[in-house]
Amino acid sequence: MFASHLDKKAQTATPDLIPSRNGYGEGLLEAGKRDKRVVALSADLTESTRTLPFAEAFPERFVQVGIAEQNMAGVASGMATMGKIPFMASYAMFSPGRNWEQIRTTIAYNNSNVKIIGAHAGISVGPDGATHQAIEDLAIMRVIPNMVVIAPCDVHEARKAVLLAAKYDGPVYIRVGRSETPVITTPESPFAIGQAEVFYTKNPDLSQSVGIITTGVLAYNALMAAVELEKNNIGAGVLHIATIKPLDGEALGAFASNHDILITVEEHQVAGGLGSAVAEYLGEHMPKKIIRLGIHDMFGQSGEPNELLAHYGLDVSSIVAAARRALTP
Amino acid sequence: MHYITSADVTRLELKANEIRQSIIEMLYEAKSGHTAGPLDMADIFTLLYFEVLRHDATNPNWEDRDRVILSNGHICPVLYATLAYAGYFPVEELMTLRKFGSRLQGHPHRESLPGLETTSGPLGSGLSQAVGMALAERIDNPYSTKYFYCLTGDGELNEGQIWESLMLAGKEKLNNLIMIVDRNGIQIDGDTQDVMPLEPLAEKFESFNFDVQEVDGHNIRAMNDAIGKAQAVYSQPSVIIAHTIASKGVDVFERDFRWHGNPPGKGPEDRVPRSEQEKIALQKLRTLAGTISTDDL
Repeated sequence: MFASHLDKKAQTATPDLIPSRNGYGEGLLEAGKRDKRVVALSADLTESTRTLPFAEAFPERFVQVGIAEQNMAGVASGMATMGKIPFMASYAMFSPGRNWEQIRTTIAYNNSNVKIIGAHAGISVGPDGATHQAIEDLAIMRVIPNMVVIAPCDVHEARKAVLLAAKYDGPVYIRVGRSETPVITTPESPFAIGQAEVFYTKNPDLSQSVGIITTGVLAYNALMAAVELEKNNIGAGVLHIATIKPLDGEALGAFASNHDILITVEEHQVAGGLGSAVAEYLGEHMPKKIIRLGIHDMFGQSGEPNELLAHYGLDVSSIVAAARRALTP
Repeated sequence: MHYITSADVTRLELKANEIRQSIIEMLYEAKSGHTAGPLDMADIFTLLYFEVLRHDATNPNWEDRDRVILSNGHICPVLYATLAYAGYFPVEELMTLRKFGSRLQGHPHRESLPGLETTSGPLGSGLSQAVGMALAERIDNPYSTKYFYCLTGDGELNEGQIWESLMLAGKEKLNNLIMIVDRNGIQIDGDTQDVMPLEPLAEKFESFNFDVQEVDGHNIRAMNDAIGKAQAVYSQPSVIIAHTIASKGVDVFERDFRWHGNPPGKGPEDRVPRSEQEKIALQKLRTLAGTISTDDL
């Protein structure tokens, strides 16, 4: 059963499609209107990261650093030290990909109030190919002390994450995607940093059940897989973990105890991302069989987003097949 | 321009000498750390904290203070010693440098100690932060006379990030940014001219739209005048290339790149055996390299 707060079209085969990065643009502009301490930095990707509306509305609070992500991290940290709330955006491959040490030392160790937006994350960036497909960003950000890590599922969550990050005092990483992906939530759906949400509750009448745990824009595939499994008399639930750090252990534990096996689904290496975070927590608290779907120690390639998701086993039928395999004795 | 008298110069030179002695004692006690840079930057730190800066040791977070951003964090013994003598924390605490539980971390951590403006160590990061601070100040207060002094090494200029931030500072015409380069000519692996030649350095900065001055970094009056001139530059950021003598003040350590990353007691032995390095260094400083007799002290 779908959570009541989800967008009705997200419960069908024809959801609205909007890139989650648009939520950054909307949230940033709104945060900028609410609080004049908000400033934005861009490394020559102002339009595609959706920083442009803010830059046009508040040119005096916009810093174009050029193609220089390492400097951008330092400049943002310096601005935060002076009381600003800087949002720095680039493609995730370059920030936090290229400037990881600057983020780690100058922002996180310095406990600097900087918000880092990694756009075009995941393989769904598509035709640009492996050089531009950040599938390691959650891992490298998750291991940094002081850093909050959020992968919103759609445009609305991305907007809310940005607004909450502006109010949160400390470094935050927000991962958003390039391609048009299903709108799952509504502006009214609940969202809080550090809070996981059950998007789909299993049918209690079915004897076996699989718990699908997802993060980022693949939540829709998880939902459709759950529907498909239930059609085949396999119970299924979906837990969406937008905040990978700090992990909502309570919600995860409750969800895990309610299902026979778990499947994690993410557009990321299976090492270090959501699957790892879930396995680490449950390994310590309630050991359980976990199937991790994601990229298995390889690089991406060019292709349309849907072709790539199918190839790497992250489309609806792959999730369904993985669940069936796991439940087969 | 802030004018200083001959008496001021003498007072500052004596203070710098006191700070150098503390640096030797701190490093010897810590058994690790960097010697050359802290010794050669003692004159400039003393000039800044005891003459140039608007600051208040009793109110380290005073909003209108000038900012000193140390980019080459490894020379922090000179920053720590100067801050202690300026009243930010007890001088006795200097001897905890690099020890477990100390506020004096091996490389500076902003939140650990009053008076620190940033966290630095990995080279190249401080200048970016200084640029960010200067930009933020200009957004709030375009006519501010608050200055952002960023201190960097010369070997540090090898880092690509430095040139990224120089480009941005030039583009934004940050006249509230004053960069001071410790041009001591050495880095860990050797002389800068061998490891990675920097010259023509002044021309490089000029081509990045900086106002450039080259000064004897041990001449307190000349440095003071250069800082005054840098403050008066409109529509450009400034850089002062401070020519210094590595390990200045201890002649038997001077100009030798092997003193970059070793403390007294662990340095090269061709001129002074390790067992004598601390004692000789302190003696050299107390007697101004033998020009005055210890009997006069």
